Amino acid sequence: MAITLEQMRHTAKLARLELSDAQLAELMHAINALMGHFERLQSLPLEAVEPTAHSIPVFDAMREDGVGATLTREVALANAPEARDGLFIVPRIVEE
Amino acid sequence: MQELLTLSLAEVHRKLQAREVSAIELTEAILTHISAVEPQVQAFITPTPELAREMARRAQARLDAGERSPLLGVPIALKDNLCTAGVRTTCASRILHNFVPPYDATVVARLREAGAIFVGKVNMDEFAMGSSTEFSAFHITRNPWDLTRAPGGSSGGSAAAVAAHMAYAALGSDTGGSIRQPAAFCGVVGLKPTYGRVSRYGLVAYASSLDQIGPLTKTVEDCALMLNAIAGKDPHDATSVDLPAPDYRAALVDDIKGIRLGIPQEFFEQGVQPEVAETVHQAIGLLESVGAQVQEVSLPMAEQSLAIYYILAPAECSSNLARYDGVRYGLRVGAERGHIGMMEATRAEGFGKEVIQRIIIGTYALSSGYYDAFYLKAQQGRTLLRQQFATVFQQVDALVCPTTPTPAFPLGALVDDPLAMKLADVLTIPVNLAGLPGLSVPCGFVNGLPVGLQIIGKPFDEATVLRIGYTWEQLACLRDELRLPTGLAI
Repeated sequence: MAITLEQMRHTAKLARLELSDAQLAELMHAINALMGHFERLQSLPLEAVEPTAHSIPVFDAMREDGVGATLTREVALANAPEARDGLFIVPRIVEE
Repeated sequence: MQELLTLSLAEVHRKLQAREVSAIELTEAILTHISAVEPQVQAFITPTPELAREMARRAQARLDAGERSPLLGVPIALKDNLCTAGVRTTCASRILHNFVPPYDATVVARLREAGAIFVGKVNMDEFAMGSSTEFSAFHITRNPWDLTRAPGGSSGGSAAAVAAHMAYAALGSDTGGSIRQPAAFCGVVGLKPTYGRVSRYGLVAYASSLDQIGPLTKTVEDCALMLNAIAGKDPHDATSVDLPAPDYRAALVDDIKGIRLGIPQEFFEQGVQPEVAETVHQAIGLLESVGAQVQEVSLPMAEQSLAIYYILAPAECSSNLARYDGVRYGLRVGAERGHIGMMEATRAEGFGKEVIQRIIIGTYALSSGYYDAFYLKAQQGRTLLRQQFATVFQQVDALVCPTTPTPAFPLGALVDDPLAMKLADVLTIPVNLAGLPGLSVPCGFVNGLPVGLQIIGKPFDEATVLRIGYTWEQLACLRDELRLPTGLAI
C-alpha cells in the first residue's frame, strides 16, 4: 500500500507543511520504504481485538474549581514572535 | 582525571555531607572539566555555568544548615526537551531555537527543590525523534568511548554527559528507547519508569501515550536516588498515577535468590549481533549462579512492535506538533504571506527532515480512509502485545535481554537509511508500547564498546528491576572500567 506523490501533496497540505515536489519525492521514497515494514500488521488476526490507547487505565481527573496561579499577560507574551497591546499579532485572517 | 569527577552521585553526596568538598568547589571542578571535555564530546546545547554557580551557593547554604537530601549540591544535566523556567529549551529544533519557558517541568521543579545544580541543557535528536542524536538541528554529539561513534539517542547528550563525567546524573526521556539505548551505547545506567510513574508536565510532547521521563546515571544506586526525587503523582499530569512510590534506594538488596527471570527468545533475534547476545547470556548465567531462576519465554508480538510503533508514535506526534505554527512562540517565517502561508513556511523551515517525515506518516495514518488500515490496526496490535507481556509476567518477575542489537554504530552510518536507524530501537520499543519499566545496565564490552543488559519489569515494579540491576552491578565489577571512557583525551 504505497503512498503516491499526489497523496503526499495532500497530506503535506493537511499538516501545514510547504514542501517542494523534490522534497516530497524524497520523503515519499523514505516513507514507502518504511510502509513496507508496516504491511506486516495487515496479516494479523485483529478483528475482535479491542484497541489500546494507553497502556495503563487513564481516568478523568476531577478537582474542585478554584482560582490558582496563572501566567501574567506579559510573561505569556514574552515568547511571541510579534505582540502588541497585550495581544499576539498574526497576519490578517479575515480578508477585507 | 580528577578522582572527584569520576565518583558516583551517591559517593559525591557523602563527600558533600562530610565537608570534604563544598558544593561551590564541586561545581567549579565540574565546570572546568566541562570546558576541557565538551569540545570533544559536544553534549550540551545550552551550558548554564552562571546558573550552576548561583545554585551551588544556595545548595551550600542548605548543606551548612544541616540538610541531607541526596541530590543537594550535586551537578546534574537536563535533556533539552524539559522546560526550565528562564533557560532556553529548544528540543534541538530550529522551530524552538529561541523559546524560553515561563515555567519548570515538574521533574525540574522537584530536582530544584532537592537542591540539585543544573549545569546545562543537553543535546538530543530533534523533538526526541531519532536514535543517534544526529538529528539535532544544532550539532552532533560524540560517544565518549569512541569519538567517531554515535552516543545513541534521542537522549544522547544526557548519556554522553554522564559517561564523560560532565554531570553526576542526567534526565532524559524515552518514547521508544531514548533513555535505554544511549545508556547502553555510552556505558551508563538508564531507566525508563512505568508509564505514569513520573509526571510528564513540562516535557515537550512527542508521543503522549509512550513518553516517559527517567534518569541516566553512573550506577544503579544513583538511578534509585534520582527516581526517588522525580516519581509520584502530579496534579498537572492526569496520566501520572496516584500510587505510593516506595523508597527505591531501600529496594537495592544485593540478593536475587528465587527471583524468576524470563529470557524472551525474540529479543535475541531481530538482528542482534552474536557477540552482544553472548555477552548478555554470560550475564544471565552469572545471575543464575547467585540464585535467580531462569526460564525461556516467548513474546511473538514483539516482532510486530516496530511496525506498531511507527504508526502510533508518528500519529501522536502529528497531533502534538500541530501547536508549532509561528503564532505564540518559536520561529515565524513568511508573515507577509497570510496566516496559512506563514504556518506552512514556518513549519517547513523550522522542522528537520526526520520530524517532517514522522508528521507526514502520522497525518497520513490518521487521515480519512486510512485510519482503520493503519492507526486502528496498530492500536489493536498494541493490545495483543500487552496481553502477551501480561501472560509472561504470570510466570516470571522480570525479563532480561540485550538493550540494543549492536554496540554504538559509527556517526553517519545509518543517518540516511530510514529503516536501519529505527532498528536500533527494536528491543526497547515493545517496553514503551506496553508501558512497562525498563532498565539498561552496562553488562560488558564488545570490541571495546559498552553493551547494555535490559531488565524489564511488571508495571510499577521498578523496585524489582532496580534490585536485579543492582545485584548484577555488584557481580559484574565493571565500575573501574566504566570510569574512564576510552575516547576521551584526558
